[in-house]
Amino acid sequence: MSKLGDLGARLHRGEVGYDFIKNRKIWYGLSILITITAIVGLAVRGLNMGIEFQGGALFTTPKTSVSVTDARHYAEEASGHDAIVQEVGNDTLRIQIGGLDTEQSDKVRSQLAKDLKVEESKIAAELVGPSWGEQIANKAWTGLGIFMILVVIYLAIAFEWRMAVAALIALIHDLTITVGIYSLVGFEVTVGTVIGLLTILGYSLYDTVVVFDSLKEGTKGITKQTRWTYSEIANRSINGTLVRSINTTVVALLPVAGLLFIGGGVLGAGMLNDISLSLFVGLAAGAYSSIFIATPLVADLKEREPAMKALRKRIATKRAAAAAKGESLDADESVDGDDGFADEAETAVVGQRGRRGRAAEPRG
Amino acid sequence: MAAPKKGRRPAGGQGRPGRALALILIAMVALTGGMFWSGHTTPRLGIDLAGGTSITLKAKAEPGKEDAVNETNMNTAVGIIDRRVNGLGVSEAEVQTQGRENIIVNIPRGVDEKQAREQVGTTAQLYFRPVLTWAPSTPTPSGSPTPSGSAKPSAGSSASPSAEATKQGGQGTTASPSASATTQGRAVSDALRKAPSPGATTPGGTASPDAKSPNPTGAPTPPADPATAKLEQQFAALDCTPKAEKSGDKKAVPNPARTVPPEQPTVACGTEGDAKYILGPAEVSGKDVDDAQGVFDQQRGMWIVNMEFTDEGSKKFQKITSKLSTQQEPQNQFAIVLDGEVVSAPSVRTTLSANAEISGNFTQKSAQDLGNILSYGALPLSFDTQSVDTVTAALGGEQLEAGLIAGGIGLALVVLYLVVYYRGLSLIALLSLAASALLTYVIMSLLGPAIGFALNLPAVCGAIVAIGITADSFIVYFERIRDEVREGRTLRPAVERAWPRARRTILVSDFVSFLAAAVLFAVTVGKVQGFAFTLGLTTLLDVVVVFLFTKPLMTLLARTEFFGEGHAWSGLDPKRLGAKPPLRRSRRVSAPVDPKEA
Repeated sequence: MSKLGDLGARLHRGEVGYDFIKNRKIWYGLSILITITAIVGLAVRGLNMGIEFQGGALFTTPKTSVSVTDARHYAEEASGHDAIVQEVGNDTLRIQIGGLDTEQSDKVRSQLAKDLKVEESKIAAELVGPSWGEQIANKAWTGLGIFMILVVIYLAIAFEWRMAVAALIALIHDLTITVGIYSLVGFEVTVGTVIGLLTILGYSLYDTVVVFDSLKEGTKGITKQTRWTYSEIANRSINGTLVRSINTTVVALLPVAGLLFIGGGVLGAGMLNDISLSLFVGLAAGAYSSIFIATPLVADLKEREPAMKALRKRIATKRAAAAAKGESLDADESVDGDDGFADEAETAVVGQRGRRGRAAEPRG
Repeated sequence: MAAPKKGRRPAGGQGRPGRALALILIAMVALTGGMFWSGHTTPRLGIDLAGGTSITLKAKAEPGKEDAVNETNMNTAVGIIDRRVNGLGVSEAEVQTQGRENIIVNIPRGVDEKQAREQVGTTAQLYFRPVLTWAPSTPTPSGSPTPSGSAKPSAGSSASPSAEATKQGGQGTTASPSASATTQGRAVSDALRKAPSPGATTPGGTASPDAKSPNPTGAPTPPADPATAKLEQQFAALDCTPKAEKSGDKKAVPNPARTVPPEQPTVACGTEGDAKYILGPAEVSGKDVDDAQGVFDQQRGMWIVNMEFTDEGSKKFQKITSKLSTQQEPQNQFAIVLDGEVVSAPSVRTTLSANAEISGNFTQKSAQDLGNILSYGALPLSFDTQSVDTVTAALGGEQLEAGLIAGGIGLALVVLYLVVYYRGLSLIALLSLAASALLTYVIMSLLGPAIGFALNLPAVCGAIVAIGITADSFIVYFERIRDEVREGRTLRPAVERAWPRARRTILVSDFVSFLAAAVLFAVTVGKVQGFAFTLGLTTLLDVVVVFLFTKPLMTLLARTEFFGEGHAWSGLDPKRLGAKPPLRRSRRVSAPVDPKEA
């Protein structure tokens, strides 16, 4: 851990740093690849929608000695529908039967109680009409839409529209990846999943906003100096908040991991598990996107501004002049290693040097 | 909070951090005290943790009546469903709207959930039935003026003829019994209950009972008809007094009239449980009422209820009132029967048609309530059962336990990480987390009785997830402080300098998080809403705790030797953090430090 503290110090001083901006095309590419995979997966495999979305019944029995196979047999016989039976926790059975309406499910429940030799009142039942899930999903979509609009407006006011756009793209990116993973792995989508997914909204942006905040602070009065381009400062902002990002992600993931462990390990299935699973996936994607996608996107958009273009030109000229005078340091080698962490001696930070055809490395 | 100071002396006033800390400590003590004082020392548990049945209904928008699904109608429906469910003898059943078109009915365990479900789903039935007779309910007609002891026998005798005569169809002639010599006392007392008393109702004087023939239909008095006898028997046996008087306003009143078809006479109870009635067949149904509202009559200075009938309704109403107005007490009354309970039984003084007015001892609320009932009694809304969730107590307990364990594990992991990474500094984080947890717990407990907040499983998840958000605020602040220390500042100025920057970051990110929670809470339903609520609450508390607790505490601790001097275990050791004096001047564009200076 103190290694991380050390790293924090070095990141702060700029002794180490990873050039997130320079390599952004790699990350864009990677993200596009993942996103396409997710979309294809979604299109081909679809989502494994749970009972709440199809309509049907979910029974949770008390402890019983009846085996899963027998229980499925009973359930299918009683209902005339396919049943999914899982054993969860301590000999408890979780029986899902799709397509039942609330009337039928009463009968099925009584029948199951008889077959499994348990009291009917001890069987927990969740009966869901087919339109309920649709309603939840619709509301979730509405919420998602409203939230996105509000947050874009807010970010555009508090920061600027470029950041709002970048944050939005990062957010959509996170959601797509999460949904894609659900589709590819075939996890069941329940109301818990939707809750988790919606929480990612806040979290993903939360993370992004912290980086943006630092970026905004760092770029105050940027046009009045000729040392750093916007992209360089953006990169520095990412590096500067890297320790925080890592800490935040770890701290956010730890409770979720606790939920996942308990939800999956002890209860076997259910709300806790569903929420924490989608959160876990989404948080990881969110941490990645705020560093690798959102901020580089802002830099990209920002560099298109005339003022920034002019700044870049001035800096390039200045650096070229400096290089001509031989004052520049050994910039070129220092950026070679992508992994700045490994290379302590070379105090390399950042730069658009190669791609933008600038010669110099940011040095004081 | 303390303004950023460039000087060596931190934060203008020495008392400031103390004041903020005192403020939040007082608030915490007060809230905790309030919690113990109110006796709600644990959060109210939702159905999925405590066990019970939760039913979700969705209003169906009927063709041509799309705008019928509105707030007023939904609230009326909630009132009616609440009355029904609680009328089953359920105590503490809870009915509330959720979102724009959903009603959630939560019934604690120990209730016949099938019966509850049946009651919940059907549309409310509103009828106008002529009153044949009535009596205060035995055994103790509390509150209402009790008529003479002869009330019961006479009530029985007066009821019998009409009951027989009115069997032909819904609009059947109301037989007014010739032997209807009932006591005046009843009408008065009834009127005092809710409906207008003859005195109050009739400023201009009621149509005198003897003005017209008291017996228009001329129905003979058929004695001892079996059906009538049965009705009388029922009436005599009917006990409308709330069974469980101790359970406050939740009552269990038998409700025989609900199952009787409208075209048959029946016995019924008043909603207050202090009166019982024998009622003739329904003459007008709720569908015939076009609109009704409680309004304030400026001229007379009293609350009245105005009713408007539909075309068909006015004809029916005209018919019934023309008959009733010629009757004597109590047969000149018609009962407004909602779901088998008599809501009100005003007497009629003249023939009325399209527009009618009920006057009496109304308060604003009772007038408006009656107006609502008349308008929406036969609900323009019908409901679909969306989901029924029955959780056994065992499963609920298991889920609660799992949630608590998960929260414990999550918290322990976070604490462990903070301690290892931030060392002494983690003390502040831990105290802040504890303060946050305490506030969350107390407020959740208090919100139970206050706004009906119930802690359900998603809400527990929300609280666990919030651990991360809360801890992150400290991380943001600590990292800022460390950055300042790395710039070469000593701790006290570092703490103050770091704060404004950290504060902005915390506010901005918490705002985004809160926005997400608020939007979700506003537009979603059910479990999602419970989750959003906790998330929003904890985000707010996070801001409060960071501002009033973490920051002042940090300021105070920065004055101690252990932290102020950057002890190796304080987490703020300048050497460990790689601080580099001297202080750099320019911070405008934070840029990599010149390696030459390193």
